[in-house]
Amino acid sequence: MALAAAASGMTAAPAAAQETASHGLSFMTGFGPSNYGVVTLLYAVLIISLAVIAIIGALVLSGMLIRRAGGAATSLETVPLERSSSGLAFIYIGIAISFVILTGVLVWNYVVLAEVSAAPKDIAARIHVIGHQWWWEVRYEGEPAQTFTTADEIHVPVGKPVRIELTSSDVIHSFWVPALGGKMDTIPGQQNHTWLQADKPGIYRGQCTEFCGAQHAHMGLIVVADAPEHFAAWRAHQLEGPLTPHAESEVAKAAQGQSVFMHNCAVCHTVRGTLANGKVGPDLSHLMQRRTIAAGTLPNTVGNLSGWISNPQHIKPGNLMPTLRLSAADLNSLRDFLKTLQ
Amino acid sequence: MTTTYEDIPDVYQRLPEVKSRDDRSLREKLHSMWETTPGIRGWLSTVDHKEIGLRYLVTAFIFLIAGGIEALVMRIQLAGPNAHVLTPEQYNQLFTMHGSTMIIWYAFPVLSGFSNYLWPLIFGSRDMAFPRLNAFSYWVFAASGIFLYTSFAVGAAPDAGWFNYVPYASKPYNPGINIDFYCLANIFMGISTTAGAINFIVTTLRTRCPGMSVNRWPIITWGTLSANAAAIFAMPVVSLAFFFLWMDRTFGTHFFLPSGGNLTGHPLLWQHLFWMWGHPWVYMIVLPAQGIVSDGLPTFCRRPLVGYTAVVLATVATMILGFGVWVHHMFATGLPTMAMSFFSAATIIITIPSAVQVFSWIATIWTGRPVFTTAFLYFASFIFLFVIGGVSGFMTGVVPVDWQLTDTYFVVAHLHYVLIGINFFGVMGGLYYWFPKFTGRMLDETIGKINFWLTFVGFNVGFFTMHITGLLGMPRRVYTYPAGIGFETPNLITTIGAFILALGILAFIVNVAYSLRRGAIAGNNPWDAPTLEWSVSSPPPPYNFAVIPSVASRHPLWEARLQEGDGESVLDRGPILDDHHETMGVSPMDGEPDVILKMPGESYMPFVVTLCISALFAGLLAHIWTLAGVGAAVGVIGTIVWLWPRLEAGERMVAES
Repeated sequence: MALAAAASGMTAAPAAAQETASHGLSFMTGFGPSNYGVVTLLYAVLIISLAVIAIIGALVLSGMLIRRAGGAATSLETVPLERSSSGLAFIYIGIAISFVILTGVLVWNYVVLAEVSAAPKDIAARIHVIGHQWWWEVRYEGEPAQTFTTADEIHVPVGKPVRIELTSSDVIHSFWVPALGGKMDTIPGQQNHTWLQADKPGIYRGQCTEFCGAQHAHMGLIVVADAPEHFAAWRAHQLEGPLTPHAESEVAKAAQGQSVFMHNCAVCHTVRGTLANGKVGPDLSHLMQRRTIAAGTLPNTVGNLSGWISNPQHIKPGNLMPTLRLSAADLNSLRDFLKTLQ
Repeated sequence: MTTTYEDIPDVYQRLPEVKSRDDRSLREKLHSMWETTPGIRGWLSTVDHKEIGLRYLVTAFIFLIAGGIEALVMRIQLAGPNAHVLTPEQYNQLFTMHGSTMIIWYAFPVLSGFSNYLWPLIFGSRDMAFPRLNAFSYWVFAASGIFLYTSFAVGAAPDAGWFNYVPYASKPYNPGINIDFYCLANIFMGISTTAGAINFIVTTLRTRCPGMSVNRWPIITWGTLSANAAAIFAMPVVSLAFFFLWMDRTFGTHFFLPSGGNLTGHPLLWQHLFWMWGHPWVYMIVLPAQGIVSDGLPTFCRRPLVGYTAVVLATVATMILGFGVWVHHMFATGLPTMAMSFFSAATIIITIPSAVQVFSWIATIWTGRPVFTTAFLYFASFIFLFVIGGVSGFMTGVVPVDWQLTDTYFVVAHLHYVLIGINFFGVMGGLYYWFPKFTGRMLDETIGKINFWLTFVGFNVGFFTMHITGLLGMPRRVYTYPAGIGFETPNLITTIGAFILALGILAFIVNVAYSLRRGAIAGNNPWDAPTLEWSVSSPPPPYNFAVIPSVASRHPLWEARLQEGDGESVLDRGPILDDHHETMGVSPMDGEPDVILKMPGESYMPFVVTLCISALFAGLLAHIWTLAGVGAAVGVIGTIVWLWPRLEAGERMVAES
């Protein structure tokens, strides 16, 4: 629901202009070399499997109908026993054919495994994704001046591989962007890695696939693939501090809202360039640049943001964000402040 | 002092008197000797394997219904997007209980029920090797299930999935007693499985009739023997894992948590220990069911099974290979490519012995004359469903493909084709096949056909669709899903299919209720079947065989018509063994008569010891250490009473000779 709307509507996302397609959770089409070979092999084993089901089904059914004994069904004594044929030929032929097919698939399996399991050398970005109950922390690694943190939304340049490093801050999660490749778990006490590459611009939906508790169902993410120059611009923008409001009246409202934020939100959330540096929840610098909130659950509109802040437990029951019970005035000014986080 | 063969007292080696099985005074004597005491006393103390087998079947079926109701509630929640029938916590408890119930408290015990009832009859014996241990394993099974379901009553059912991955299942992330219920109930049930496994193994190797050599055992006994031999190796692994987790949660040890300073644990240790048991367990809950098909299908095809030896070898090979595939549950955990390649190959190769069975059954149909009874329809559809569950398993064995398929509904579809297709359909066929033996009456064939078609259609509509749901990318274990990305229609179809399947099971229950009173009288051998259990009355007398038969072929009741075997099976005359509870002990391979075994009679101790263990586990759960200590102490005393040597059975004579 949310992501489809986020991908098509794009009201809150200035970078939306270039984007075209959005891709759901199906993995039957590959959109990058991290997935091409996998999808071909998937189709191959799927077709083999369907053929086997059809052949065996036909053998069982035709055998039943052709060889069916006449007479009343339940009086078995009337049907004489027989042992005219040993029937072993069925086993010999069946096993011989199965063995050849299985061996072929096994070799193909190893070829694709070698192809997709090692990340290419010349990566365009090294991205550290940290699983949290129930959202994704995303850190672009590199020189200290080039490092920044965002959440639930990964931007990549089209046509270039990126390396994804995976850890967890709490329980096991699994990182999965189906159109771009297979899953890899985030496991506390261990660093895993995977890679992906999108050959076409677009929004690729992802999802946690290891059961991780109450809101496992609402732990989505998106990968936004842009032309390299747009990606570079996005990256440069993320490295800046949050933009400041322009109009005088906005300044006053935002200052009011910033104070509300500092009292209520800063323990858990970071906004770079302010004193807010909580580490429990998602980093909110440049919040308004993101397409979704609550880990891919809702499109990032001002209305949804207000609804989420007023009652996060209604949208994701059991999630770790407390209900703040802000006054209407405080909620309004907080919203005005968040709107400045461009 | 060791006891050698020569030390065995004469009472075990006397040459028994030989009589006709129709001897009325012999039958009366045996009847009064073996009959279960009427009333509640007999109910609590019986060791009759037939009584225990039926209890296993009925209890496992109750768990099937409980797990099924849990599934239907979940299917209502998932029938449409963004539904609010269940809270996330309720959904998580339901899917955890559904999985645990079906896999651990239904699928294996139901097969133990068949084996318990049938083995002594199939083997020409009077009881299992350890009748009291048999009663004990049933009581523990029932008590552990009640223990597990108590968690619902206190509102704290396990909620971390039947696979229960840590750290989510550890104390910091799951502070309630939900997971303590899970750990302790599983250890508790493990006692039953282990006791049952020892009993099945010794029974197979020891208490058969003369001539029942290793090449004449029906396939169900091979399936059950393989499964239970595997249990001996697999159960300690997982029971230890459950215990470690309980220690982590109760005393703050660090077996599975990565934050223990120098003595740090690792979450993947849990997954290895769990699946080292978990995957063999999958084969343990299908091999005996495949055995049911291998024995039942030929009866309705009017010919012996094609390729008996190949099927036996395939059964044993599957179980052995089944210990080498567990890592395919962990392909996405970041293991080295080399390790995954090995387990991937093993997963793909294990298809071969399964294919041997499939082609054997197909050949049996093609070279026989099938008669379309309800049991036959279940067995024939079993072949088809086995292939669907098999090829989807093969697909997930291919590592890069599995990285896409794992943890989606595709795997949910796969495992249900395994558990319903290769366990439940075999069980249903087996119930239609042996119900006449259990009760003396036939199940109604008209209701049977309705029952079959509802279950077959409902199952395939619901669960074949799940493959597509998975290929569309729907993740597993989600309490709801968004609208607009293609999940609504397949989920609605699955919900409809699940309810049709449930109607089919309801039709079965109706059929049992109807046929128990109105069903046609069965007679000894209503299907003209080939094996020994069909040579006695339906239901069999408490002593099974008035005289111990001796067999000369794989199909004692068909051999004359098939000109099979060397010599002739003798069923109507034989050793009478009427000096208290006795049965024949034979050599493991050749089935040469070896010794007369003195069998124990009724005892309250299995029930009493089970109560003590229940108190022990309740104490461990609630941290009432006194209760746990008293339960353990009284349990030890009960066990001593149970095992105390009895003069009349002659054990003391062995000790003194």
